[in-house]
Amino acid sequence: MSIFEYNGSALVAMVGKNCFAIASDRRLGVQLQTIATDFQRIFKIHDKLFLGLSGLGSDAQTLYQRLVFRHKLYQLREERDMKPETFASLVSAILYEKRFGPYFCQPVIAGLGDDDKPFICTMDSIGAKELAKDFVVAGTASESLYGACESMFKPDMEHEELFETISQALLSSVDRDCLSGWGGHVYVVTPSEVTERILKGRMD
Amino acid sequence: MMKLLTSQTWVLASKRCRFLLLSSSPRQLRYLPLLIRFLLADLLQIGHSVNNRSCTCKFITFTYLKMPSDTMDVPKTGFSFDLCRRNDMLAKKGLKSPSYLKTGTTIVGLIFENGVILGADTRATEGPIVADKNCEKIHYMAPNIYCCGAGTAADTEAVTDNISSQLKLHRYHTGRESRVVTALTLLKSHLFRYQGHVSAALVLGGVDVTGPHLHTIYPHGSTDTLPYATMGSGSLAAMAIFESEYREGLTRDEGVNLVTKAICSGIFNDLGSGSNVDVCVIEKGKKEYLRNHLTPNPRTYVSSRGYTFSKKAEVLLTKITPQKELVEVVEVGGDAMEE
Repeated sequence: MSIFEYNGSALVAMVGKNCFAIASDRRLGVQLQTIATDFQRIFKIHDKLFLGLSGLGSDAQTLYQRLVFRHKLYQLREERDMKPETFASLVSAILYEKRFGPYFCQPVIAGLGDDDKPFICTMDSIGAKELAKDFVVAGTASESLYGACESMFKPDMEHEELFETISQALLSSVDRDCLSGWGGHVYVVTPSEVTERILKGRMD
Repeated sequence: MMKLLTSQTWVLASKRCRFLLLSSSPRQLRYLPLLIRFLLADLLQIGHSVNNRSCTCKFITFTYLKMPSDTMDVPKTGFSFDLCRRNDMLAKKGLKSPSYLKTGTTIVGLIFENGVILGADTRATEGPIVADKNCEKIHYMAPNIYCCGAGTAADTEAVTDNISSQLKLHRYHTGRESRVVTALTLLKSHLFRYQGHVSAALVLGGVDVTGPHLHTIYPHGSTDTLPYATMGSGSLAAMAIFESEYREGLTRDEGVNLVTKAICSGIFNDLGSGSNVDVCVIEKGKKEYLRNHLTPNPRTYVSSRGYTFSKKAEVLLTKITPQKELVEVVEVGGDAMEE
């Protein structure tokens, strides 16, 4: 059994028209036993930058704390928030530092950059960045998510349609994965507001 | 920084927050508590708890003032092996380590009459799944040097970025254009130092004052200098094309066509390579990066109607947080600083 399948997770981020959406499942398990049904995998770094961490739960929380620390130091020194591209490079460097003893996490980074241009990116557990213009996926349900997103995604969706698409892609993919599910947590971010929604899914 | 506290007592402050009190007179240290308070007030300006040990020797008295060290002000360079023990323990318990993003790959390079042409496919795989359909495998090293990378994606990106920074510093230091052999030596010594564990197989090409150069670098640190080279899982397919059609003194267009043909051979015959062809042409004084020069695998199965959902996703809770409004600062009537 792989270390990534210990806790189980599903993460997806999609790009829309001047907005982005990031979604995760809510299950935390220890192999086949479910321990929590409200586990948070998506964290806010600043108003326009969200980080999702899939994989081993403890490494996800440790990595999140280290990244928040570094971002706060950056805010104190530069007196501004970090751009998403810069943050992605920071995460990549922190993960690559542990090349021979890695954190068992796959981050998904989503943010609004200059001129509110949406930016999404994912990495493997040692920091190989994968920038995409449409969608990125991570977690145990990633293979189903690739398929669902490939067929459901359309370029330049407005935020309502983007929410619907990402929710349907997430829910249909986690239904095909034993280790993730128990609802969904979706953040849709536009330049004017952040909408956080909790989805009702199959509770199995 | 050194500072004279009293006529006979110096304070030496080092970056690591350890302070050294050097005194040639032990009697001075009767006033040690006072000196410490003085030190704190004057040099530190913040409250820290100090613990000190002093040892007296014949002529000079040393006192160490040890501070609680600042956390992670400047991170240490290089790899950190903190989590290795824990990961080994997990592996022993039967939990397999994760697979890394590999670049499967077909990468090629050839020397033509005026310079070097590099080519690469654009597929990145994670096990059997295609993770990225259009990644960039031709990395920038210097304005006149580019490097294609195969193997573990994180390793190729990190090693080429690292050596690219080192080359830039070297350019500032020497005031000259970088040479390909410099990049070659930096890369091979880095890879050899890690004995092949940094899994990056590279095709390095560029044009400098000594002419066009093309090298291949293997993960363990060995190098070859060749007129045409291929690396990656699709290297045999691409080399077959090169061996049959390469000749010296190719023109630019012939060279680009040959490289494209070799990469296509890799894309269609090797499962680890796919998607599009990237080409980079480097000549003396100029370079051209042709990103997605050829796209022989477009997505043709898109439904024009799009996807419609019969049943909407059920929402349990909605929370809307407005973004902070950006305040525009407008200067009113003239420069405030002028009288």
